[in-house]
Amino acid sequence: MGRNNKARLLILLSTGLLAVSVLLGLCLGASNIRPTVLVATLFAGEPDDFLYRILLTVRLPRVTAALLAGSALAVSGAIIQSVLNNPLASPNIIGVNAGAGLFVLLASAFLPADPFLLPLSAFSGALLACMMVLAITMTGRLSRVLLVLTGFAVNSIFSAGMNTIMILYPDAYIGAGNFLAGGLSSVTSNVLVYPSVFIAAGFILALLCSKGLNILNLGADSAKTLGMNVNACRCAYLAIAAILAGAAVSFAGMIGFVGLLVPHGVKLMIGQDNRYVIPASALTGGIFVILCDLLARTLFLPYELPVGILMSLMGGPFFLYLILKNRRKE
Amino acid sequence: MMEIMIRLEDVTYSYNRQPLIHGMDLTFEKGKITTIVGPNGCGKSTVIKLSSRLLHPDKGKVFLENKEIGVMKRKEFARSVSVLLQSSYIPDMAVEDAVMSGRYPHQSPISFSSAEDKRLTEYAMEMTYCQSLRNKNMRQLSGGERQRVFLAMVLAQDTPVIILDEPTTYLDINVSYEIMELINSLNRNLGKTIVLVLHDLNLALNYSDRLAVMENGKVVAYEEASDHRVHRCISDIFKVDIRRMTEKGKSYYYSFKL
Repeated sequence: MGRNNKARLLILLSTGLLAVSVLLGLCLGASNIRPTVLVATLFAGEPDDFLYRILLTVRLPRVTAALLAGSALAVSGAIIQSVLNNPLASPNIIGVNAGAGLFVLLASAFLPADPFLLPLSAFSGALLACMMVLAITMTGRLSRVLLVLTGFAVNSIFSAGMNTIMILYPDAYIGAGNFLAGGLSSVTSNVLVYPSVFIAAGFILALLCSKGLNILNLGADSAKTLGMNVNACRCAYLAIAAILAGAAVSFAGMIGFVGLLVPHGVKLMIGQDNRYVIPASALTGGIFVILCDLLARTLFLPYELPVGILMSLMGGPFFLYLILKNRRKE
Repeated sequence: MMEIMIRLEDVTYSYNRQPLIHGMDLTFEKGKITTIVGPNGCGKSTVIKLSSRLLHPDKGKVFLENKEIGVMKRKEFARSVSVLLQSSYIPDMAVEDAVMSGRYPHQSPISFSSAEDKRLTEYAMEMTYCQSLRNKNMRQLSGGERQRVFLAMVLAQDTPVIILDEPTTYLDINVSYEIMELINSLNRNLGKTIVLVLHDLNLALNYSDRLAVMENGKVVAYEEASDHRVHRCISDIFKVDIRRMTEKGKSYYYSFKL
């Protein structure tokens, strides 16, 4: 089968799997609902119906949040890996999530409570982290592992800031522990309105830039000889990655490794062409976080884990494997 | 009347305050194969990068058919000059996608590939015998195959000028000849202006119309490839002898250490 047909097939299959994952996410939980009952309840739309209220106020926002966060972080990771030309890079590794997290906590502590301000602040923090890493990479030729260490340093700076805010202003962000671990238990539909607009805009821009990302994969000098303004494009593409990661962090907290695991899996299946990697990452990222969140809230009933912990359990070993693989190459 | 394609005018370029090129005047003629030769570190690659806008002169100007390249738009320049750099970086992408990326200067950043883009990509792969490699990843290819793909990419860019920095480095001798024959056919059949940097003196002597010999950041000889003055200069710099050999009515040059 040709490469492009394989990619199209993956996108088609992922769309189907996403529908199944959404259905599972809505049906399974502390109390399970049969799919036929689910459909009937949603169509009936009785505001006094207990099941309808659970679906509308708990499960639907949660599944939507998982879908949005997974898709946004996966696409953000795919963009960052292409721009920095480094398979080890992802929003949580290079400090983008931490930058967004710090600015969310800062906004919660010092700015008036406005749902629009949180994604905007998160975007600003994510962008700051992206530009810091880009500026450092542009000072000289950094090896892949050295870039990761740079990201680790940027991460540490922002994490220290987050801890400081949480100690000095303990009431600034309700559920801060859940935010730091990366969880979706406190998400409501109101919180999702503005981030979903940011994420939709980010997806459209990412799709429009996918050809440019492919050109960057050729290396900076080759991209320049093809007439690309490499530095301007890198900044613009990282800004898109920051919009996506920032919007996800603003409601989901510090969910890590989605941006590393998902684009890797997608590229392994369909190759490096970003025209397909971007939409495929969006779909599989959504599936991945919906299913992980489902596991996180059902594995240890009546308790539930923040989904970020489950992600770290899976992503950490995979990241170590990638470091070892790349160290051998270098 | 000889037509000039690229002209370096009083160009000076320094790196870390060390002058690499100083007050250089050099021209590359339209429709010719011009090869720059010289010892390591003499500034050959710097001239290539200055001519392809990857470096900007500290002083002086570079012109492409009387247009200063520094003021040309990036894509406008990329539609006129394609460059194959000497690089150890191998992109992690499929051959067909790499060749198609040569069409980037002719496309809008967000458009899909046109029928013309697809036609030229196919043509470039056909000319370079890359069609059977189309679905392979660039990192799976041998050195010769990879160089052919890079040439296909340059060909898909469809520019009147092609600049190649050491296109035969690290290649087996038979593959080197294959690549040089291909470059020669691009010049003879399609009228492309070719500027080359080569280390192999035998290839430079036999595949070039003109030779520019560089030493310490200066062009010390610039003549027809068959001119004895340029041969004498090469002999002095590299301490080699150059002889002519005639086989089946055709002349060949070869260099050797006495």
